[in-house]
Amino acid sequence: MSTTVVSRSERPPAPAGTGTRRLTERVFRIRESGIIVVLAVFVAVTASIQPRFLNITNIQFILVNTTVFALLALGETMVVISRNYDLSVGSVLGLSAYLSASLFGQHHGIPIVVVFLTGLGIGLACGMLNGIMVAAGRVPSLVVTLATLYIFRGIDILIVGGKEVVANSLPAAFLNIPKATVFGIPDLAIAIAVVIAIGAYYLRSFRSGRELYAMGSNPEAARLAGIAVGRRVFMAFTVSGAIAGVAGVLWAAQYGTIDSTAGTGYELQVISAVVVGGVAIFGGSGSAVGAALGALLLNTISSALYVLGISPFWDQAIWGFLLLLAIALDRFISVRLTAALRVRGARHE
Amino acid sequence: MNLRQTAGLAVPLVVVSILLAACSSSSSSSSSGPTTGATSPSSASSSASAAAGLKTGMKVFVIPKNLGNNYFTTADSANSGGAIAALQALGETGTETSGTAATPASQIPAIQAAISKGANALIVSATDPTALCPTLNAAMKRGITVVTYDSDAPTCRDLFINQASTAQIGTSEVDLLAKEINDTGDIAIVSAAASATNQNAWIGYMKQELAKYPKMKLVSTVYGNDDPTTATQVTQGLLEQYPNLKGIISPTTVGIAAAAAVLDTAKYRGKIALTGLGTPDSLKKYVSDGTIKSFELWNPANLGYLAGYAAVEVASGKINGTQGQTFSAGKLGTFTVGADKTVLLGPPFVFSSANINQFNF
Amino acid sequence: MNDRLRTSLGTSLRPLLRWETGLALVVVVIGIAGASVSSEFFTSNNIFNLGLSYGEIAIMTLPMTLIVISGEIDLSVASILGMSSALLGYLWARHWPMLGIFVLLAVVGLAAGAINGLLITRLGLPSLAVTIGTLAVYRGIATILLGPNTVANFPTAYTNLGVNAVPFTGNDITYSTAIFIVLAIVFGVVLHATPFGRSVYAMGASTEAAQFAGIRVKRIKTVLFMTSGLVCALAGVLLTFRLNTAVQNNGLGLELYVVAIVLLGGVSIFGGKGSIIGVVLGVLAFAGIQNALFLTNFNQEAAGIVTGALLLLSVFGRNAASFSSRLRAWLPAGRRGRGPDSPVGEPPPTAITPT
Repeated sequence: MSTTVVSRSERPPAPAGTGTRRLTERVFRIRESGIIVVLAVFVAVTASIQPRFLNITNIQFILVNTTVFALLALGETMVVISRNYDLSVGSVLGLSAYLSASLFGQHHGIPIVVVFLTGLGIGLACGMLNGIMVAAGRVPSLVVTLATLYIFRGIDILIVGGKEVVANSLPAAFLNIPKATVFGIPDLAIAIAVVIAIGAYYLRSFRSGRELYAMGSNPEAARLAGIAVGRRVFMAFTVSGAIAGVAGVLWAAQYGTIDSTAGTGYELQVISAVVVGGVAIFGGSGSAVGAALGALLLNTISSALYVLGISPFWDQAIWGFLLLLAIALDRFISVRLTAALRVRGARHE
Repeated sequence: MNLRQTAGLAVPLVVVSILLAACSSSSSSSSSGPTTGATSPSSASSSASAAAGLKTGMKVFVIPKNLGNNYFTTADSANSGGAIAALQALGETGTETSGTAATPASQIPAIQAAISKGANALIVSATDPTALCPTLNAAMKRGITVVTYDSDAPTCRDLFINQASTAQIGTSEVDLLAKEINDTGDIAIVSAAASATNQNAWIGYMKQELAKYPKMKLVSTVYGNDDPTTATQVTQGLLEQYPNLKGIISPTTVGIAAAAAVLDTAKYRGKIALTGLGTPDSLKKYVSDGTIKSFELWNPANLGYLAGYAAVEVASGKINGTQGQTFSAGKLGTFTVGADKTVLLGPPFVFSSANINQFNF
Repeated sequence: MNDRLRTSLGTSLRPLLRWETGLALVVVVIGIAGASVSSEFFTSNNIFNLGLSYGEIAIMTLPMTLIVISGEIDLSVASILGMSSALLGYLWARHWPMLGIFVLLAVVGLAAGAINGLLITRLGLPSLAVTIGTLAVYRGIATILLGPNTVANFPTAYTNLGVNAVPFTGNDITYSTAIFIVLAIVFGVVLHATPFGRSVYAMGASTEAAQFAGIRVKRIKTVLFMTSGLVCALAGVLLTFRLNTAVQNNGLGLELYVVAIVLLGGVSIFGGKGSIIGVVLGVLAFAGIQNALFLTNFNQEAAGIVTGALLLLSVFGRNAASFSSRLRAWLPAGRRGRGPDSPVGEPPPTAITPT
């Protein structure tokens, strides 16, 4: 998967002077605000045609629908930044959704927190499996997670068979989680926003988080600089799996009926959301906030199509087009940024 | 390099061991409940079929739209009294098989494998009205009986077991909703896949029946694709696009469950009526809290049971689908073949808070 | 130049020859296992049905092989198939003559591939992301064209192409199988015995080196994607005739199977390594396993587990030596991974360098 022109590996990474830091961060902010601008324009146009789009209930719908994807996008971001891919998130979500939600029916009165922890644990186990294979096996994550996509889904189908978890077996408090609001904003959206913020802060300010970026920009240099690449990769996949596990429990709360098909096909949507949100597909740049905004944008577009009465058959074509636009834009930005950094690097010499 | 060569040999060895494990798990009867292997029929049942002039020891394959669907599991499995229970009672071997994607491309290999395995009869719920025909016609040419149930492939089967009259399902849904909204208001339909035979047939009759209610208007038909996320989004879209919506009909078990989850808030409960086709278990919560007043279905196990009997009758040469022929379906009674080589199970059954707790599927 | 190419060919083909022998062994084992659990495994009827069910997937693996060897990937294959199928139905419903439809479908397939190729080579965008985008765009076009409708009234003369055996071959070989065999030979010759094929290997091993060697990387990659588009359009026609149905979701999700088979066949995801023979064996292994599972009463819902396990084995089997040494180095607690963990004797992956 090589690309043309000059390869960055032939140049030493630009010295981490404050000027460079500020420039790259400014670019990140521009990219994120870019999505916000697109989102705002989209909402404005839709609302002008159909004011009901901005109904409080519709906004609540969009926010709640986005929560699962925003969570998955957070986990995927960590993986993609380090130049890996996790295609198994949909299958992990499905497995976790069924197994955790079925606990309510099997153990009456089980605390909701325990169910969430179970989901987390299932996702953690799946993520660790992915992580070990990618980190120790030095096997391309695309292949490994493609395989675990099939394997986890197969295990899910074997366990679930034709059964399903029905809303009647779930406690009202659990089903109410996506519906609770404070001042009109869904509690769930606030909670997820907090989680995303924590994730973003971690990625930017903790050394292990920043090391993920380094690994994505230039794996060889990162290794030579002493970064424990294997350990970080393992951690990224473990966290991605754990997040997918929690997302599964939330999925169960949202839909109430869970069978073996939960989460099918989510992986490509999540990767699209992440790329639209500014995370480079080859790693090394991007932010969790951007990815979450990407998920929000894609969900908003879906909702807008339904509300406007445009045939929802346009949905897929539109998000595919947006994805292409996003990567073209990112390419443009990264070329300019590399040139600017090179100039700075030269100036520092 | 030595290790690499060993690795090169290790791979086939591991594969062999996986395959052997797979084979040994299949020679003992396979794991999941509904998929029964060769079970030897009791002498009592084979004499029952012998008395009726039916063949025994036949291999019959039940091929639903997809595996892993609760509705079909109930319709097909022996435990729930479905198709395989009927087949076993008659002294045949019944096996459930299909793909996992509810598409023709996923279902066809299962049909072909069944043919290869020496099927005498196939009981199929068609994922598409025409896409299966080349395969089903090839089966019939080899003398294999093809009976469809639940969803038809009208031009390439010997018999179709319909859960209820297509017209009646359509009209009764509208009547049920009309009663709940006092014959007045805008309504919408949340359907499944846009190409599903049964869905489109029922919707056609719904539109006809609506003509009887001049104060009711169908403002939209949306497709949830039997996927909870899509069904939820299309329902939400309806609520925003049509603020005066009074009722929703969702003639698909996945759709009605998803729509119910959306409407299950103080804002919509009771203000927008929801009805459709659903399984009692998945809707118990919504009936008890008032989101749904009543809905319909039939007993899927009975549907499968009837299909089992019908397939054996045709395969034994006792009936061939001519209108007016009758046959017995064990505990379900006697049935008569209607027009278009169709057998009706009976009228749709209405579930409500009065009776829903008696059912467990 | 010739010697260098020959040695580079040697280094890329030699380790693979070991993979292919292993894979051939696996195929034989699957054959034996299949025949032992079911007497119907090797019947001509079963082989015929296999050809029907997997013919289109098999055909799509061939151009994908070249694309992956060249260092790229094409995830839009199933959507081009779907778009072709939808267009076929759309135009047929509007009474276009079938021959005219075929010509237009070929053009559309080439165009779809060209768009992929141009975005990747001219704009320098990563093929993984681009083809995820075009996967959605082309599937979206298929959905817009047909909406909820189905077209199912194709004349038997054409649907026979989908379901009948090729005449004079005696009931075993479907048209899609025959096309697969012919295309496999063509692609095999091109890949292994022409300068074009050698260029594909070279650019997969190192884009820069290939460019310096005078290979027109951008043009060749664009050609590869256009070929893929054309072939997938053809597969779409075959699928539509086999099912006698043009509907928006034809071929949904097949791209992952195509990639899995190509990887199973020994093609390296990093580019520069692989062969057509390996992919043909991969097709046989994949189809054989799925079929064997169906013919036994093995719970075929779990067939995905077997596919995934095979895929894992295909990558781990090749890395087995380096895997165990790396696992040993990785496990001890508290020791930071200082210094190069590069495995013995394996070149670092060169292909994944962004600009």
